[in-house]
Amino acid sequence: MVGLSQYLIVAAALFSLGVIGLFLNRKNVIAILMCIELMLLAVNVNLVAFSHFLNDLSGQIFVFFVLTVAACEVAVGLAILVSFYRTRRSIEIEDINTLQG
Amino acid sequence: MLETVFFNLFSGLAILSALGVVLARNTMHSVMFLIFCFFNASGLFFLLDAEFLGIILILIYVGAVMVLFMFVVMMLEINVAKAREGFLQYLPLGGMISVILLIEFIAAASSGVFSTGAKATAEHMPQSINNTEEIGQLLYTKYLLGFEIAAIILLVALIGSIVLTLRERKDAKYQDMSAQVKASKADRLRKVRM
Repeated sequence: MVGLSQYLIVAAALFSLGVIGLFLNRKNVIAILMCIELMLLAVNVNLVAFSHFLNDLSGQIFVFFVLTVAACEVAVGLAILVSFYRTRRSIEIEDINTLQG
Repeated sequence: MLETVFFNLFSGLAILSALGVVLARNTMHSVMFLIFCFFNASGLFFLLDAEFLGIILILIYVGAVMVLFMFVVMMLEINVAKAREGFLQYLPLGGMISVILLIEFIAAASSGVFSTGAKATAEHMPQSINNTEEIGQLLYTKYLLGFEIAAIILLVALIGSIVLTLRERKDAKYQDMSAQVKASKADRLRKVRM
């Protein structure tokens, strides 16, 4: 049978792939957003696994909230990206340095 | 037995498609891999008796969020060659950090620190228990405040993303409401005596 630690290991692998994706796709903002989604998904797998094995539904409620916040984050992030693309015609991280001075 | 087979299938495909998200050359392919990864994760949720969240993951993530991603990827012109420039430059640092992270996670997960109490393996709920109903009962009583805050967050994100992308176009034709309301019959109609 499948135990809790197997689920935790799968989630850990997904999270580490998200982290390495952040480092590799430094120039592409959309890829960075996707890697963040991957990390949030790993966290959700962890929460659902704990909720199942501890027999407590609160974990699933928290997944619900995480999904809400992640959806908002994507919507606002992509809106910022679109309005940035309109002014600069580029979405490279290196071009987003106005606030640095 | 069957459950182990499905667990291995879903988790293996999820990890492989996550690898695809990170390594795919084309951003569109990354989005597709991420969609596949979400499908497999929702399969894992189903194995964990979380039917409601599995369906929600497919409906919200695949149906809404990833379609939004796809829309933006197709709308913006991304220079793939330029975006891939220096792709491997940070591989040593990033690879080291994530491998250390992975080893730490696996050591913690398999050390038995996370006690599961009496429930050592994935025993399933009886068929009579409705996951959606249970979640609803908890969400609308104990977590009602959090639920309403989530609604407000969604509203703020909705308004914020509209405000960020809204712009007045100079070449578009707009209606002038007050002029429309003020218009009278005499302005437009002229009786001609034949």
